[in-house]
Amino acid sequence: MSIILFIEQVLNGLQFGVMLFLMASGLTLVFGVMGLINLAHGSLFMVGAFAAAAVAGATGSFLLALMSALAAAAAAGAIVEILVIRRLYARDHLDQVLATFALILIFSEGTRWIFGSFPLFLDTPSYFSGPVTLPGGIEYSSYRLAIIVIGLLIAAGLFLLIAKTRLGIQIRAGESDREIIAALGIDISRLYTIVFALGAALAGLAGALVGAIQSVQVGMGEPVLILAFVVIVIGGIGSIQGALIGSILVGLTDTLGRTLLPVAFGAFMDPSSATLVGSALSSMSIYILMAIVLLVKPQGLFGAST
Amino acid sequence: MSREGIINILILGGLLAVPLWALSADEPFTITLATRVAILALAGVGLNIALGTGGLVSLGHAAFFGIGGYAMGILASHAQSFEPLMEWPLLIEGTKSMPIIWLVATAMSALAALVIGALSLRTSGVYFIMITLAFGQMFFYFTISWPAYGGEDGLSIYIRNSFPGLNTLVPIEFFGLCYAILVIVLFFNWRLINSPFGLALNAARQNQERVETVGLDPFRLRLVAFVISGAITGLAGALFADLNRFVSPAMFSWQLSGEIMVFVILGGVARLCGPVAGAALFIILEHYLGGLSEFWHIYLGLLLLFVVLFAKGGIIGTLSGKGSAHG
Repeated sequence: MSIILFIEQVLNGLQFGVMLFLMASGLTLVFGVMGLINLAHGSLFMVGAFAAAAVAGATGSFLLALMSALAAAAAAGAIVEILVIRRLYARDHLDQVLATFALILIFSEGTRWIFGSFPLFLDTPSYFSGPVTLPGGIEYSSYRLAIIVIGLLIAAGLFLLIAKTRLGIQIRAGESDREIIAALGIDISRLYTIVFALGAALAGLAGALVGAIQSVQVGMGEPVLILAFVVIVIGGIGSIQGALIGSILVGLTDTLGRTLLPVAFGAFMDPSSATLVGSALSSMSIYILMAIVLLVKPQGLFGAST
Repeated sequence: MSREGIINILILGGLLAVPLWALSADEPFTITLATRVAILALAGVGLNIALGTGGLVSLGHAAFFGIGGYAMGILASHAQSFEPLMEWPLLIEGTKSMPIIWLVATAMSALAALVIGALSLRTSGVYFIMITLAFGQMFFYFTISWPAYGGEDGLSIYIRNSFPGLNTLVPIEFFGLCYAILVIVLFFNWRLINSPFGLALNAARQNQERVETVGLDPFRLRLVAFVISGAITGLAGALFADLNRFVSPAMFSWQLSGEIMVFVILGGVARLCGPVAGAALFIILEHYLGGLSEFWHIYLGLLLLFVVLFAKGGIIGTLSGKGSAHG
């Protein structure tokens, strides 16, 4: 395999990882601050994608589509938090799983009801439609490169938000002791709604960005949600840093596994069975990665040890 | 007899009476619906051992359901095409015999539960939920990308497998078989809950430290419970595949894991017949709401939300007048 193809696959893996980070960071924040496992996070991803596709279809502006994805997902997140989620913080994880599973059913069927069962399409904007030439003469999709840049900027922004701002201090305080910060006069239920809406907005943005590469359809969020869970298990719950490292690791393992494993097996097998074994194994590679992390560090790479 | 005991007998009696009535009224589709209830209830009974008694919130039980289904699909497809599964080092032929298929399905899903359980039980709480969900998804993608047994399209088995002395293609006879298995497993489950093992498992859910202090190993208790749980769900998967005469990667889907959990919750967690009541309600809703509206999952979602937020204990908990089985 040529080095150019390899670099292209590394970039694809990076793009996939960055998108997973947008999902996983919201999940891990919500779990870290509120102690809530949210299966409906994938639905917010879907809401973002549908909002973007609808607005892009009506106005033709991709920037407007991204803004409306952010707004729609944040609004959906805030509404769901106020109506349902806040009743779940004091409940056990089983109740949280079931209630958010019920939310998935409502979101998915509701979206199908409004938009129909056929996938929508969201076009990449014209200014990102062509390839760019990277140093070394590698041609790469400028849109995917833009996703990587946007994702890394958001990661940096999130680290700054948590490390430097007043909201970030409250979030970190909320992670370590929610009773004390409530006693210090911080409106804890408002903080929870903000954190949930923030996570929702990130998921919605991820949905809109990915919607331009794939088709926008009902049920698109859950496979990504499950991968985001794998990321969190690898990175450690509640750790943004872990979510970033875990996302990149999962993105690279999955993408490189799909291209490299069939080639690797081709070295000592005939091509057709190498493709077969290679593709079957690569579909399992990230779960094998997760199993190895579990064997070595059950609390994840950056998780607090108990 | 306790109120819950009477309710249990009514539920099991009802599940037997409906298909018998359908037989006399010549409504074979209702018999098939009742068979679905019995099989899905069996999957729920399996999960209830891990979830209800052991407190292990597994969102990956579709993995065992699917393994059971594919055990049936693989064995029967080889028998169908008269090609042995393997010839070396020893000759293994496909089979159309239900008892052998059940044995293989149970053993394979128990083995998978042993591996998944040994890894996942190193963690607890929310990690456990996410990991079981992820391992379930792993099997889903594996069956899609492995073309030997149909890949994404699944496998069709043209004739239902055979059981000595019965004609399994007659709906009521196949229902009777599934119902008998359900009742036997429920009896086994009842004995299990009241055995020293069941009591220790229950105690490990309530207070891990105390169980450790008296010299029991909670990890081992939970692993055994998880293996039994997976094996029963795998058996249900084999029956489900035989009911449809079709297996596909959809048997591994995470939605199915969620639905099996919904049966248990709608019926009542840790109730002996909870999964039976829950599966019956689910099929009734699917049949009638599905006939009213294409989007019946919205109503299912709202109902589930209501049960979780306001009616803890599910159907049996509400009927027997005690909110939760975990007092």
